[in-house]
Amino acid sequence: MFPTPIQKYSIPVNILYRVALIVTLFIWLMPLIAVMLTSIRTYDDILAGNYWGWPKDIAAIENYAAIFEDGRMARYFLNSMIITLPTVFGTLLLSSMAGFSLAMHRFKLNILLFCMFIAGNFVPFQILMIPVRGLTVDLGIYNTYYGLIIFHIAFQTGFCTFFLRNFIKELPFELIEAARADGATEWMIYRKIILPLIVPALAALGVLEFTFIWNDYFWALILSQGDGVKPVTVGLDNMRGQWVANYNLISAGSVIAALPPVIMFFLMQRHFINGLTFGAVKG
Amino acid sequence: MTFWERNQLKLAPFLFLSPAVGLFLLFVIYPIADSIWVSFHEWSGVNRYAVDDEGNLKNFKWVGLDNYIYLFTNDDEFYVSVFNNIKWFFFSLIAIPFGILLALFLNQQILGIRWVKSFFYFPFVINAVVIGIVFTWFYNPKYGSLTYLLGFFGMEPFPILSDENYATYGIIVASLFPGIAYTMIIYITGLTAVSKDMIEAGRIDGASGFTMFWNIILPQLRPATLIAVVVTIVGALRSFDLIAVMTGGGPWGSTNVLAYKMYEDSLFNFRMGYGASTAVILFILMDIYIAWFLYRLFKRESTEK
Repeated sequence: MFPTPIQKYSIPVNILYRVALIVTLFIWLMPLIAVMLTSIRTYDDILAGNYWGWPKDIAAIENYAAIFEDGRMARYFLNSMIITLPTVFGTLLLSSMAGFSLAMHRFKLNILLFCMFIAGNFVPFQILMIPVRGLTVDLGIYNTYYGLIIFHIAFQTGFCTFFLRNFIKELPFELIEAARADGATEWMIYRKIILPLIVPALAALGVLEFTFIWNDYFWALILSQGDGVKPVTVGLDNMRGQWVANYNLISAGSVIAALPPVIMFFLMQRHFINGLTFGAVKG
Repeated sequence: MTFWERNQLKLAPFLFLSPAVGLFLLFVIYPIADSIWVSFHEWSGVNRYAVDDEGNLKNFKWVGLDNYIYLFTNDDEFYVSVFNNIKWFFFSLIAIPFGILLALFLNQQILGIRWVKSFFYFPFVINAVVIGIVFTWFYNPKYGSLTYLLGFFGMEPFPILSDENYATYGIIVASLFPGIAYTMIIYITGLTAVSKDMIEAGRIDGASGFTMFWNIILPQLRPATLIAVVVTIVGALRSFDLIAVMTGGGPWGSTNVLAYKMYEDSLFNFRMGYGASTAVILFILMDIYIAWFLYRLFKRESTEK
């Protein structure tokens, strides 16, 4: 292990290390702690200039109730859910099928298609912006959930197919051959053999994609208009203009906007890290 | 044998791949080509296919290389943006040494370290709007904590985000918060794969501390470094969200980058062709970088073998 395990040092060093750990963590999370504290402050507290101290009165319920009062924040939050969940599902479905085929079938365009999916990850969004906006308008899905969902699925499929193809490639090919010899159709192989085996990979990608889509700001800005389908990222940015100096409300809104990925992350931490560090070990 | 049974293996790839490939072609590959095509035209964004009496496109006029010529010869903001992109490129790399340091710092096995690590990770899952809001407050000259901090060192507070010379750096620092969290995750995992035998061998040879890190650990972290560098740089060239939230390109366009400038030109100034040409330049810069990086990677790998 590197660095040398702390247990091999003296007790004072051990204590010092733990103290240093807590202090560093506190400094690291300071911005987020500040937001959480501000979200339970009263407006008077803010007017009095108490920005960083402990709140005088706790106004947690008032603040959080206030941001949901006019219904818009709830709308944005719901929109984010309606966009994110089908996108994650659709992306995993399409990319597991594509990844299975690229890993297990031999045909002429195989490598070319695989390279296309990899290259897609390096495309700056801006070169897609004008045509994708035009496409959604032409297809009648501009400013609808479908527009955002379909585009996100299309784009995220690149990364997920790349990931899943490599994962499936590692599975023993004999399994497939044996199933084929038994007369299983390709769809049955995908459904009964491949899918159960790639559950860990799907879980890892699922949490990662949930975070990516939930946090999307750019495409929501480009493909939506008005409050109807706008997700919570863009919504929060708009509300900021309306709440002006009500920092307690902006903070409460921020906490709400950040919460689902954070919960997801803590619940499925192991999968999350697996997805993120895919390739960081073996290369 | 039915037709299906005989040809299953040939037809299966087509059936399995067509939904993914179809969507990808339509929403990723075709738009790239179309953007390049649009960049040779003058177009305000309305009714692209409208024709006049003689059947020529009315709103979508071919102008050849005019957009590019204007960009390079007439648009100071373009150079400001490119220069800012370069700043982003280099300064976002600071996340890598910081990520390594934090990973080394956290790579111990003590009670509760798992929780400590996950708290260090979690800026990464928070969206750019929230990060942007927090850092905007942090920099606020009236009551931001930076003001207290500077005051502590006897320095005058100054409004970073409304200062042309510093605003971009202010935003880059904000981007480092999730950026360092990300590189740290990569390196913590990388460290678990470092060979124990080599560390032992190094210790026997008397290597320790920095020599050990530099000569034995770091080379083994190369796959992690590779991913960290690629993702950090691609993220830096894509930077848009934080700029939109924190400064909107201001003050006086000083925090513009190509990605943001393109968005403004197309959707606010209604110059789609011009915006597209900026996007094409960004696309080319990204490709050059990726190609150069892959070239270096392959060259290094072939010399090592």
